This record gives sequence, C-alpha cells and structure tokens, in this order.
Amino acid sequence: MGDWQHFAHGADIGVRGCADTPSAAFEQVARALTAVVTDPARVRPVESVRIRCRGPDLDLLLYDWLNSLVFHMAARRLLFSDFQVRIAGGELEAEARGEPVDVARHAPAVEVKGATFTELSVRQDAAGRWCAQCILDV
Amino acid sequence: MNVEALRRDGECRWVIEPTGAMRVPAVLFADEALLADMDDKVRQQLCNVASLPGIVDAAYAMPDAHWGYGFPIGGVAAFDAEEGGVVSAGGVGFDISCGVRSLLSTCTREDVTAVQARLADELARAIPAGLGSTGRLRLSEAEMDAMLTGGARWAVSRGYGSTADLAHIEEGGCIDGADPNAISQRARDRQREEMGTLGSGNHYLEVQWVAEVIDAAAAAPFGLSAGQVVVSIHCGSRGLGHQVGTDYLREMVIAAPSFGLELPDRELACAPIGSALGQRYLGAMRAAMNCALANRQILTQLCREAFRRVLPGFEGGLLYDVSHNICKEEVHSVRGRARRLHVHRKGATRAFGPGHVDVPEALRAQGQPVLIGGSMGTASYVLAGTATGEALSWNSACHGAGRSMSRHQATRQWRGRQLVDELAARGILIRSPSLRGVAEEAPGAYKSVERVVEVAERAGLARRVARLEPLVCVKG
Repeated sequence: MGDWQHFAHGADIGVRGCADTPSAAFEQVARALTAVVTDPARVRPVESVRIRCRGPDLDLLLYDWLNSLVFHMAARRLLFSDFQVRIAGGELEAEARGEPVDVARHAPAVEVKGATFTELSVRQDAAGRWCAQCILDV
Repeated sequence: MNVEALRRDGECRWVIEPTGAMRVPAVLFADEALLADMDDKVRQQLCNVASLPGIVDAAYAMPDAHWGYGFPIGGVAAFDAEEGGVVSAGGVGFDISCGVRSLLSTCTREDVTAVQARLADELARAIPAGLGSTGRLRLSEAEMDAMLTGGARWAVSRGYGSTADLAHIEEGGCIDGADPNAISQRARDRQREEMGTLGSGNHYLEVQWVAEVIDAAAAAPFGLSAGQVVVSIHCGSRGLGHQVGTDYLREMVIAAPSFGLELPDRELACAPIGSALGQRYLGAMRAAMNCALANRQILTQLCREAFRRVLPGFEGGLLYDVSHNICKEEVHSVRGRARRLHVHRKGATRAFGPGHVDVPEALRAQGQPVLIGGSMGTASYVLAGTATGEALSWNSACHGAGRSMSRHQATRQWRGRQLVDELAARGILIRSPSLRGVAEEAPGAYKSVERVVEVAERAGLARRVARLEPLVCVKG
C-alpha cells in the first residue's frame, strides 16, 4: 500500500508518492499529479494508455514518467486515475487508465505544463520505503 | 531577503559582488520593501546564473523577481557566443514566449459598462479557455510547419487579423531562425488542437479601461486616452512551448557533463550557443515563439469578432505585442563596443528606449511599449522603454506583480465563488470554467503591481505611461 501528497512550493505545487517499491511509488505520485487537476475519485478508468520510458537513473525515469502522463493529458485531453507501473533494468512499462476531461464533472482547476527537475528525487528511507517526488510547473 | 548581504549602489540598485563560482556580479533592482519581501532563493538563483560561462557584465533581477526554475522569474542575463556563452532552456522557462498583447479600441468605459455582462458572456463563449478546451483549427503537419516558421504572419495569411497588426508585434510578428525540425512529435501533437486557446493558470483575456494617463506625451502616440477601453491578452506558446521546454531541459541536463558544465541546479541546464544542441534549442525556441505569436493573433481576431457581436464597429488595432519569456539575439553597446549577445529574459520584458530601430516607427520617439499584466481584479500598466535601460539591464524591465502566496495557500484563504461575487460588486466580471482556478489566482495572492512599476520607473528601467483597470476578465 502507498500514499500520495501535495506540498507547497512558491507559485507551483509539489507531488509526492510513497510506497514499498519504486514502481508503487511511481503509481502513487501519478495519482498526486491527477489530484492537482481534479479529485482522482471522479475519474473513471475507462480508457487505457500504454507508456514506456527509459532513463539512466530513477530520477530521470520519474521525470519521463510524469511528463509522459502530462503529454497524454494534454494531447488527448485525458485524466487518469488508475496506474500499473513496472520498473526493471532502467525501463518503465506502464498502463494508465482514465477518461476524457468532462469540464462539468471534473471541474479541472489548472493545466499542468510539465514535471520539473526541482526537488526531483526517488529515494528509499531508513525503513525501506520509497518516495518519488518533484515540483510540477502549473 | 537579507539586505545586509547586498551593497547598495543607487536608490533602487543593489549589488552582490562575485564570490566562489560567480564570474560577474549579481544586480537587483528593487527598493527596501520589495527586497524585504523577496525570497532569499532569488539571491541564490541569481548568483548561480552569474556563474554560467560567457555571461556578460552581470546577472540582473527585476523588481518583480521571485523564485523560478533555475533562473529566477524576473531574471535577465546576456551571453556572448564568442566567449563560450550558453543558451539555457531554464533561462527561458517552460512557457516559451509567454507575453502580453494590448488592443486599442474606440470604445469608452461607459460603452462597455452598458453591455458588460453580455460582452463578458460573448467573450467567454468565443475564447477557448481552461484545461481541455480546444481551438477551431486542426493543423496538418505541413500547416504546423508553416505556422512554426510564419508566426503571426501565418495567422494573418489564414484570415486572422490584418497585415496592419504585424507592424505592432515584436519582430514584425515572425522571428527568423525558427527550425520546425527541432520540434518533437510530442510537441506537435500537444499543439494540434490548441491553436487559438488561452490556457489556464495566470493567463487571461481582459477588457480594461484607461484609468489614469501618467505620461501624456507618450500616451498620445501610443493611442491611449483617459476612459478608453483596451483589451489585453496574456498567454504563450501553449502545449508546444511547454513540451519544447520539457524536451530540451532533459537533453541539456544529460549533455551538461559533455560540455564540462557543473550545474549547481539541474534546472540551469544549458548548452554552448555554438554547439549543435544550443543551435537546435534556439531553432526550437524561435519556432515556439512563432507559435505564441500566431496563437495571440488568432485570439485577437476571435476577440474582435466577439466584441463586434455586442458593440458593432469595434476595431481593436494593436498597441503592441511583446514576450516576457524568451532569449533574443541583440546588439548592445558594452562600454562603447557593439556586441552581439543572447539576452535571456525570463519573466522580464524587453524595453527598448526612444529611437530604437526595432520599435515600430509610429511609437519610436517614445520608446517601446512595455505591457505589464495585472492579476485578475488589479491594475495593469503600459510603460515605455528608457534611454538609460541599455546600460542598466540590456533594455529590460519587469513583467507583472509576481505571486506572493502559493496556490494551495490561496485556495485555503479564498473561495472562487466568493471572489467572483466580490469582484462583480466592484464592477469587474470574471468568466472562468474553473472556480478553483479563480481561487488559486486570487488578486490577494499577488504582490502589489503598483509598487513594482513605481520601482521600475525609479530605477530607470522603464517609465509609466498609463494605468489600466479591469472590467471583464476571461480566465482559463
């Protein structure tokens, strides 16, 4: 099990997801990304998008993962609520499920421009729990 | 910010002498009150910028400076390619060529107040705003390339506005050196349905009236008079520009060690101007600038058509259109020698002085109009560039008020509906698809724009010409 949260950062907003594995932490931080726009509970997982990223380290993999979601949200006007992530050997394979934006039902607050390198980190704490985080430019 | 760490050098100029990796000083334009409110991180970020290769003279912070990605917002820095200078994706920002365009009308405030609600509704219907909104255009790959190289000229050729508009846009509405091949497929896909959309966050289309003429001699040639209605559009290169920023920031972070760059902050990622990556970024950035200019041109025409449905005969010719997130190649006099520099302005507005050849002829004697956006419910300003601006800051001035509070804090303090009602009671109509977005953009979450422009004037960066107050604001 994991959890996600937002943290304040000047004009923008930070997203953080924590869980027992990097893959699960990436799923949680993706939920935090959706929650910047709308309540994830309002998003029905009816459409599916497959995402693949490859990065030299977990930090860049997180940057690519969140920016891939931002891309699909923007280009296909989708919101996501359900994520399955598998990270192995510097590669991420994921399925994100959601639905097209419905302005009346989702009441989207703001458009996310991109995930940034600011406070970007994927770290394991002393208790073995993984946290993935960064600041989003909105 | 701790003022004691700075050396005061004039009424509104503060200097941090180079230490450590800094190659040049850092210079802040502010008064004591603005400095006291300024985040200490601005100082650190400015010192980081001052340490980049090829920087000329100093790293500058405008009076509205606040924390940004890598460079502070309100940061200005010029680099010389011949001295190993760099171009930085973080020095331009994610919203490439975000800027302000102001349209002049022949309407008075009374003309608009008589039809205010109908006009607000008509504009809200005509201007696609907020997340998930799409424009009327769908660009093929060939049309996308034509837009990326043609900018506002392309939009005019497709029936959006007239050629008369182009003379009053920075670069005549189209910047040379755009390279559509440097734009990724993702960036193209993000833009395909977003031409002629406003976006969200702090972007807006605002109907304003000239509440005060401060400099009558400049206001007259600018076409501004007391009581007149003006429309200002604040937005940028939409999804395409954001994706270009994301793509090149990543590439520059990975490439930094190959250029021998040690970055104190990954967001400072940059590449030598002369490198293949630096040139490719400049080509992509200029294409994104053309996208922003085309976007504001389309929105201009949508706005004119909406106005005419309510106020027949509305003209809406351009006062000016200027970007405040961009890197421009400019020739500046450096201690008597003309040098070709790459001037990064991130949340800073170019402000060429009187007589500058790049200012439209009709306005040239007064200097370039500098359009300063307000924050939903507060004033906006028209300034003019000064003769002193080149030596002070490469002809750069502020761009707006700057946030003083996070979005999260703002939503805890205000409710969208309550703000909309309060502003309506003050005669300002807000139209937005998102009440949470309105709360996040509460006027109280921003610093005082009055103080920022007053200090910009006292510092000699630009001079005040007119103050504009809002009547209708369409927000994303």
